[in-house]
Amino acid sequence: MSGASPVSRWSGPAQLVAKRTGLALVTLVLVSAVIFTISGLLPGDAAQELLGQGATPEQIAALRHEMGLDRPAVVRYFEWLRGIAIGDPGQSLVANKPVADIISERLPNTLILAGLTTLFSVPIAFLVGISSAVTRGKATDRALNIMTLAMVALPEFLVATIAVLVFSVKLLWLPSITIVPQDPTLWEFLRAYAMPVMVLGVGVIAQLGRMIRAAIIAELDRPYVEMARLKGVSQRRLIFRHVLPNAVGPIVNAMALSLSYLFGGAIIVETIFSYPGLASLMVNAVTSRDMPLLQACAMIFCATYLLLVLIADTVAILANPRLRQG
Amino acid sequence: MNVGSIIRGARRLPLSGKIGLALVIFWIVVAIVGPFIAPYPPGSFANEEVFAGSSSEFWLGSDFLGRDVLSRLLSGARFTVGLSAIAVTIAACLGTGLALTAAVGPRWGDELLSRSMDTLISIPSKIFALVLVAAFGSSIVLLTLIIAITYVPGNFRIARSLAVGLARLDYVEVARARGEGRLHLALVEVLPNMIKPLFADIGLRFVFIVLLLSGLSFLGLGLQPPDADLGSLVRENTSGLAEGALAIIAPAVAIASLTVGVNLLIDAATQGKAH
Amino acid sequence: MAAAHVDVRNLCVTVRTPDGSPLHIVDDVSFSIARGEVLALIGESGSGKTTIALSLMGYARSGASISGDITVGDATLDGSGKATLAAQRGHRITYVAQSAAAAFNPSRRVIEQVIEPALIHGTATAVEARRHAVELFEALALPDPATIGTRYPHELSGGQLQRLMAAMALITRPDLVIFDEPTTALDVTTQVEVLQAFRKVVREQGATGVYVSHDLAVVAQMADQILVLNRGSVREQNAVRAVLEAPADDYTKTLLAAARPVIKAAVPVAAVGKPLLSIEGIHAGYGPVDRHGRAAHPVLTDVSLQIGRGAAVGVIGESGSGKSTVARVVAGLLAPTAGAVSLDGQPLAASLKDRSREELRRIQIVFQNADVALNPAHSVGEILGRVLRFYHGTSGAAVNSRVAELLDLIKLPATIADRRCDELSGGQKQRVNLARALAAQPDVILCDEVTSALDTVVREAILELLAELRRDLGVAYLFISHDIATVKALCDEIVVLYKGTRVESGLRNTYATPPFHPYTDLLISSVPELRTDWLSGVGSQGKVPFAHLSESPDLCRFLPRCPVAIAGRCDVFPPPFRTMTAGNAVLCHRTEAELAGEFA
Repeated sequence: MSGASPVSRWSGPAQLVAKRTGLALVTLVLVSAVIFTISGLLPGDAAQELLGQGATPEQIAALRHEMGLDRPAVVRYFEWLRGIAIGDPGQSLVANKPVADIISERLPNTLILAGLTTLFSVPIAFLVGISSAVTRGKATDRALNIMTLAMVALPEFLVATIAVLVFSVKLLWLPSITIVPQDPTLWEFLRAYAMPVMVLGVGVIAQLGRMIRAAIIAELDRPYVEMARLKGVSQRRLIFRHVLPNAVGPIVNAMALSLSYLFGGAIIVETIFSYPGLASLMVNAVTSRDMPLLQACAMIFCATYLLLVLIADTVAILANPRLRQG
Repeated sequence: MNVGSIIRGARRLPLSGKIGLALVIFWIVVAIVGPFIAPYPPGSFANEEVFAGSSSEFWLGSDFLGRDVLSRLLSGARFTVGLSAIAVTIAACLGTGLALTAAVGPRWGDELLSRSMDTLISIPSKIFALVLVAAFGSSIVLLTLIIAITYVPGNFRIARSLAVGLARLDYVEVARARGEGRLHLALVEVLPNMIKPLFADIGLRFVFIVLLLSGLSFLGLGLQPPDADLGSLVRENTSGLAEGALAIIAPAVAIASLTVGVNLLIDAATQGKAH
Repeated sequence: MAAAHVDVRNLCVTVRTPDGSPLHIVDDVSFSIARGEVLALIGESGSGKTTIALSLMGYARSGASISGDITVGDATLDGSGKATLAAQRGHRITYVAQSAAAAFNPSRRVIEQVIEPALIHGTATAVEARRHAVELFEALALPDPATIGTRYPHELSGGQLQRLMAAMALITRPDLVIFDEPTTALDVTTQVEVLQAFRKVVREQGATGVYVSHDLAVVAQMADQILVLNRGSVREQNAVRAVLEAPADDYTKTLLAAARPVIKAAVPVAAVGKPLLSIEGIHAGYGPVDRHGRAAHPVLTDVSLQIGRGAAVGVIGESGSGKSTVARVVAGLLAPTAGAVSLDGQPLAASLKDRSREELRRIQIVFQNADVALNPAHSVGEILGRVLRFYHGTSGAAVNSRVAELLDLIKLPATIADRRCDELSGGQKQRVNLARALAAQPDVILCDEVTSALDTVVREAILELLAELRRDLGVAYLFISHDIATVKALCDEIVVLYKGTRVESGLRNTYATPPFHPYTDLLISSVPELRTDWLSGVGSQGKVPFAHLSESPDLCRFLPRCPVAIAGRCDVFPPPFRTMTAGNAVLCHRTEAELAGEFA
């Protein structure tokens, strides 16, 4: 519009996004090094552990050689990283199956649960955040504030316990464990997922709602809002046309954080409802000290987090004319 | 800040803040004296009935082995509150110390610290804690350290942004121009002005730590028997869930009252300061 | 006098203090404005001038309540007329905010925001409103009126945004326009253009106006009537001329006197001798440095100046001139990329950590904003005591007695030593800020805009104090300011900076009459004077032959704005320094005769 050609108009944000993507990839590699160091190098000898105290040194040496533990750490790291990158993170020590197989069984379940919870929570969180912000300091805001403040601090197992007591034990409405139904009707599907989605939703609604409120309030204090009021702009127009476009950055960032929580943070909810997702898989891996499985799960969660933050960054860049125009 | 001004400040808190303060004080007292006032030793099989309801002898009923829930809760609270407090102190000292180093130190130091912390913060805290537990196990000392380390990057990020903002202010520039050393800049010029906002962050982090510690214990990856914190008590008694046993509700509610209490207090205290 | 268009009776605006008691920030104010007239609300910070202006729109900032009778046209505060004031916001009553840069929504195009009032109040269709907006842009002398609206706020300058905001205020053809310090955030040379544009449109539209300002000289150009306010009450109301020429109220007299400071503490002009502080060919900036010592983002280019013992040298320039960077380089906070600073003939290390404590002691820096220059965690005594211990090794009771002496020097009671800085007033803070520098017993104090954040009356007192300290202690100043009146009042030598280059330097008296550098001339002629016909007398800038060029580091930096640039010379060669007969040095291709002839 200001006379610049299409190429230069978009090269600014494209460069910026490319830079952020590169940075995210570098961070992911660093994260992989941290995870590999902690879980692969520091704990000691996996071969020794597998064979137990009674093993002879020869047996251990043979297994070490078989597992490739006798090669230098750096070589093992890069081989492992290569495996992760091409989707083959190795063999599970416990299940004697490729880690990739185990994960691909579980991944869809996690995606469904995260997706449903997002659909359920995000609209409510927006409702809570916006109504709280526009009534700042008044009764509605104070009530919502106390409510979300408490919801954020509730341990998930309390929420889950109460939900089970109310909906399964007393009312007998919903099952107390979540069995992923085969070819379900919509009703069966919703019934199966209602409880974990609600329990996960409590935390997400509270956390995201509070961050949306904070993002809007930070904008409401800026001089352009007073100017808009003095222009006679209505409250609705003020929020939707003036404030929200400026709050997009922090809001998408908050959403990224909440969604990444749904992915890796559902550990307790998955365990309570015996839900076969990735998070409970990771807990099993910790319990059985199945390091290749553990590492792969950890890498998936970290990659998801970085991807979500990267998407949020990109949206924020595109929403800000100053960054958009480079 | 003297005692009088603290009491005056507490009086001025809104109702929610007073409730929060009361809960916090209650749990601090329980953590200190709990085991001494417990009616039974926490490990004794005092009741023949398992998952008994509330009675005058067993206020909170009995657990899955017939032990007194109140006694176990009183001793479990000490682990939950105590270990979390130690962990948050370690996390805050490390995080803030590194943040001050980054703020007043050379550019490359800040760059290095910030990049490393950015890396660690990209590992969601629960995941990071699980990886550490898998690698090192969960003895009490290790568990406390693991939880503390998990929350260092978060505290560092907040403290660094505060410290860097303050270090740019004119009064720090003046001290720098005077020829003051880095230690003076960090401890005398910058740190005193960080304490109030950091206090809120440390409180929130305490809540996260309580939830993480209880969560790990609930999963069986935290405190190991015979030691039991409030999360372990919930885990032990999951079989009582279908009966709606007090043995599972009571410790879960206990954790919630602690975390909600801290949250209410911080929220009220920081809002009071904003006005 | 026509029937009053705006009528305000017994206006009070009340806030609740933290302990719950009511506080009148505006106390029983009454006035009226005739249709087509402009009333100025004049006062210092805390006078309630903006609060009164906002209450004309039925608007009070957080938690305040308005009482009294206000009528604007047929609208009243409580709606007992045909409408309420609140319903007229942005329609019949409009507002121009102090900082347009902050008051425009950063994520929306300017034109959408300019025509928004017309659309939401239904005074025009989108097409009509756009056409009207372009007409207003033209009337306000904005560049490219047809397309400027398609830009985002961050792509426009402060002066442009301020005029665009005026267009936004006029788009609904309002009955009353409120200007709230609309030029305070602008550089003085930009302010002239904006004032000229404002006055033109206000007259053309026949709008009734309220003009809020702290600057009497600005108000003299814009208003018909002046209302002088102090701490929420009216001190005096009269026609502009009457207030300027025959003020009735004592407070008005104080304001008038402070507007043009004259310093009473006379200082003998420093003896000529070896300079105390000498800055030679300083280059400074940010980013990578090339072989010639030029940074990728240069802030200062080849700046030199000398300060004699006990002398006061002023450095004047607008935002972006690099004037504060000069102080930072001298203090060692920023290492220059080329050039040298020496003290008493001894070269100083470029960076702080290579200077000795004694060298550091002899040069002290004082920053503009005392709110952030004093650590709120420490008491006044601790702040001053630290300097004494650090440089002089003072300890024990000697610290307390020396702190008391210092406080006496800056005319504050000794009891203030126990107070924290956030309990002090703005003027007191700035005094403590000075005392901290004095505690080192320095040879030279670098004063970076030390009076800019202060109200006029307080500013005059601080200037007086600076002059006395210089007389009594023999301390030298490098005094940095954007305000030529302040610099002229305090300094015996003045250096003019423009975009990081020194364009002129000379003794104070050489700035009284031409020849000057063309930029100096613009700077001096842009300072509003306390007479009503000043703005009309300021010729509009004349043709600028090289307005299309962007500024180049190899040529005269002022070229793109210079009305007397010579084709084939100014746009080809770098300018030379010429020494004028009066002794001032001017960086210009024009000769003394030409410079004098052009501007005489």
